[in-house]
Amino acid sequence: MKRLLFLLACPSLSGCSGWQSALDPHSAGAVQLANLFWFFLAVCTFVWLLVGAALFAVLRRRRVGEHPVEDNLAATRRKTTVISVLTAMTVAILTVFTLLSFYATRGFTWHDTNTLTIKITGRQWWWDIEYQNMDPQQVFQTANEIHIPVGRPITLDLEAGDVIHSFWVPNLMGKQDLIPGRTNYLTIMADKPGLYRGQCAEFCGLEHAHMAILVFAESQTAFDQWRYQQLSQAKAPGAPDRLAGLKVFLSHPCASCHTIGGTDAGGRMGPNLTHFGARATIAAGRVPNTARDLDVWLRDPQGLKPGANMPKVDLTRDERTQLVAYLEGLK
Amino acid sequence: VNSKKQDVRDTDLAPADLDARLSHVWGDPPGIWGWLTTVDHKAIGRRYVVTALIFLCLGGLSALVMRLQLGTPENKLVGPDLYNQLFTMHGSTMMFLFAVPVMETMGVYLVPLMIGTRTVAFPRLNAFSYWVYLFGGAMLWIAFFVNTGPDAGWFSYVPLAGPQYGIGKRSDIWAQMITYTEVSGLAVAVTSIVTIFKMRAPGMTLDRIPLFVWAALVTSFMIVFAMPAVMVSSTMLILDRLVGTHFFNWAEGGDVLLYQHLFWFFGHPEVYFIFIPATGIVSAIIPAFARQKMFGYTVLVLSLFGTGFLAFGLWVHHMFVTGLPRLGESFFTASSMAVAIPSGLQIFCWIATLWDGKLKFNTPLLFVFGFILNFVIGGLSGVMVASVPIDTQVHDTYFVVAHFHYVLVGGAVFPLLGGIYYWFPKFYGRMLNERLGRWNFWLAMVGFNLTFFPMHILGLMGMPRRVYTYQPEMGWGPMNMLVTIGAFVFFASFLLLAFNVWRSLRDGQLAGGNPWNAGTLEWATSSPPPAYNFAHIPVCTGREPLWQTPDTPVAAGLRVDKREVLVTTLVDGEPDLRDSSPEPSIWPLVAAVATSVTLLASIFTPWAIVWGLLPVGAALTGWFWPKGTKEDES
Repeated sequence: MKRLLFLLACPSLSGCSGWQSALDPHSAGAVQLANLFWFFLAVCTFVWLLVGAALFAVLRRRRVGEHPVEDNLAATRRKTTVISVLTAMTVAILTVFTLLSFYATRGFTWHDTNTLTIKITGRQWWWDIEYQNMDPQQVFQTANEIHIPVGRPITLDLEAGDVIHSFWVPNLMGKQDLIPGRTNYLTIMADKPGLYRGQCAEFCGLEHAHMAILVFAESQTAFDQWRYQQLSQAKAPGAPDRLAGLKVFLSHPCASCHTIGGTDAGGRMGPNLTHFGARATIAAGRVPNTARDLDVWLRDPQGLKPGANMPKVDLTRDERTQLVAYLEGLK
Repeated sequence: VNSKKQDVRDTDLAPADLDARLSHVWGDPPGIWGWLTTVDHKAIGRRYVVTALIFLCLGGLSALVMRLQLGTPENKLVGPDLYNQLFTMHGSTMMFLFAVPVMETMGVYLVPLMIGTRTVAFPRLNAFSYWVYLFGGAMLWIAFFVNTGPDAGWFSYVPLAGPQYGIGKRSDIWAQMITYTEVSGLAVAVTSIVTIFKMRAPGMTLDRIPLFVWAALVTSFMIVFAMPAVMVSSTMLILDRLVGTHFFNWAEGGDVLLYQHLFWFFGHPEVYFIFIPATGIVSAIIPAFARQKMFGYTVLVLSLFGTGFLAFGLWVHHMFVTGLPRLGESFFTASSMAVAIPSGLQIFCWIATLWDGKLKFNTPLLFVFGFILNFVIGGLSGVMVASVPIDTQVHDTYFVVAHFHYVLVGGAVFPLLGGIYYWFPKFYGRMLNERLGRWNFWLAMVGFNLTFFPMHILGLMGMPRRVYTYQPEMGWGPMNMLVTIGAFVFFASFLLLAFNVWRSLRDGQLAGGNPWNAGTLEWATSSPPPAYNFAHIPVCTGREPLWQTPDTPVAAGLRVDKREVLVTTLVDGEPDLRDSSPEPSIWPLVAAVATSVTLLASIFTPWAIVWGLLPVGAALTGWFWPKGTKEDES
């Protein structure tokens, strides 16, 4: 279902400004930012037109002659007055801009105790996600996609596992850096259900270009359902090819980097794959999560994402097919 | 010319004899030896500018490769590894090897001519600075061609450039390149400051200093104050990488953000090292082509100082999304916006001068018009990114790429191109072709805007900076293609300039001393100027002295049997004393080689610093060996 939504959303949004655009805001915060931008743009355009008009007037007034112009006291006085007025206008505009900016920034702090906290750790080149809870039993991990209930402020605890990254989902809010050794905070809230895309906005090395994050904003009910499912362990595979796939996973290096809850695989280097089959994309938004794309990814990760830390693991065609069947079944 | 013991003064001689003697005293030894040992500020300034323009070409070519890669989504022309090196080389080259040096060293050539003296205050230090700059730039590009080009961005943020994630010697090359350019940049800055303070022509009081020279002075002071910060940060970076210190390693008590503060405390003023001299060029061109004294001279000088001062209080606006306290950020919003006030004042004064001038529409003035239109766009988008909330959306996107190219290319390269058309006749004695100049201007104007304007929109559509590719479904493809086409048009305008220069050097129209009938002192001598600049030191009678009197009055009494310059007082420009000026020398080159080898070797072993002291010490000993004249040893 999620996958379908993603596949539908991609082509329909491509080419239009909506997909990851700061000018197509879908939250109160992003609307405010967009409005502020449009206001600044309007004033700045006006100023530029004034300068352009002045230069045009200069061209029209053009006088000719070689001998340097003599000082003209009256003209000097007129010019001084005009420049003083223009400078005062500049100061006034800048003051308004500064105050608007200040109050807009202040508005971004929510005082709501009913927040949901998600810890997002940026890694080269994927997003490690952990839903926080007072009760350790209610904590779960996922990667590269977050689900949030609409209309509820979400606190993001932003950390970095290696180098600096930046969390940015323009439709919902401005960006915030993830810095090693620090925790930054960002509050986001979606007004309407929908799928929003973001991507790392701080240069973080080879695959900085392929480090996307998807935000699924959904109703509280749908969110609770998703959360409940995420809290569960991976179901033991029934079908023989899927069982064989699990064996492939455990007997190859996969398990040393990835965790699948409910199995012996407990690696922490790569994304948690417990509910991998329920995700919309592979490799931080690189390709849609289909059996065919997963096969391509497993066959040659470096071909899709050169430099990624996922190594190429030698698997036979059959082993790969089994592994794909297993992973895709991890709903 | 055997007059070693005689005290011959310029008053005693007929013009032809004077020229012969001065040429002998101030000229360089013949041949390659003369080329290597020269301390002539004009030779070094020309060399500097030409070298910087070669680096501009290399930086431009790396940009073209990037634009080809980004022209279509998921393009496979270059991979991420090469792309990251390319944009790092582009940024580092354009900032450290092109823009700052070219602006500083237009001054190396022009300032002594504009203030009416024969050379700079420290000619050998000036020569040394050029060699160090050349070696540093060459090292960076040779490293790139052997696949060791830095790949962590021109800012080289830690931890990406640090010991753990910055592989091989790439970031070391970057950090050491900074050291080279710092050494040369500081040497030029110190030389400029002393030259401007103490060697102005008699009568050039503070309020008669040309605005270009004021700009050079303000820039030089900014360099002196800002460069130590980046020296500290790049040295700490290289120490972290090479000897295992932990300045930026948060796990051992270091701080990642400390690097950013240090870098941007330099990095923001650096933008003004480029922009302020460019305003100086504009202020030199406008009076000459509006046939009118600059309106608001005092305001313009104060604006330069205001910009220079404010530039040190803005660095945090590069760090608005790093999670600093909100109130602190608001302070930096206010200061970043405030810098628009002096810039606005400058624009108002320029337009006011053009307003009732008698405009001569030669190429330099065209570039000034282009500059104003483009720079104002960059300044206004700068006001936008100065606002914290807006910046959280556009920071590190193509919007910012658009913004700073409007400021740096629109605001500095356009004036520079105007300046090249304006002063080329002075440098080489021949005019550049006007027709080609117009074509050059319009091609640059169209290409530049086609390249950089759509980037604003791309940024707002969500395209981050420094991505080597993007996915087709993002919808950024068509506009990126447009940008790529624009980049090639823009590049073509530079090829046209190169062609124009080549043609002019072959058979350009001879310029004569003052082809534009401009008013400042550099036009009071022949084009190109003789080795000694002025046969007699001119006396400055106003801001545009050549417009004041048909024949420039001169000061007399300098010796002609040895290099001698006139030192004047700081404020009033009263003649103070005669001072000797150094002869050509090989030691600056030897010292530069020794310094460069030491710095380069230190990338491989810290012991290089210890052993390198020997050749550097030997070179400096040779350099400062007593000359045996009384006045030089006192």
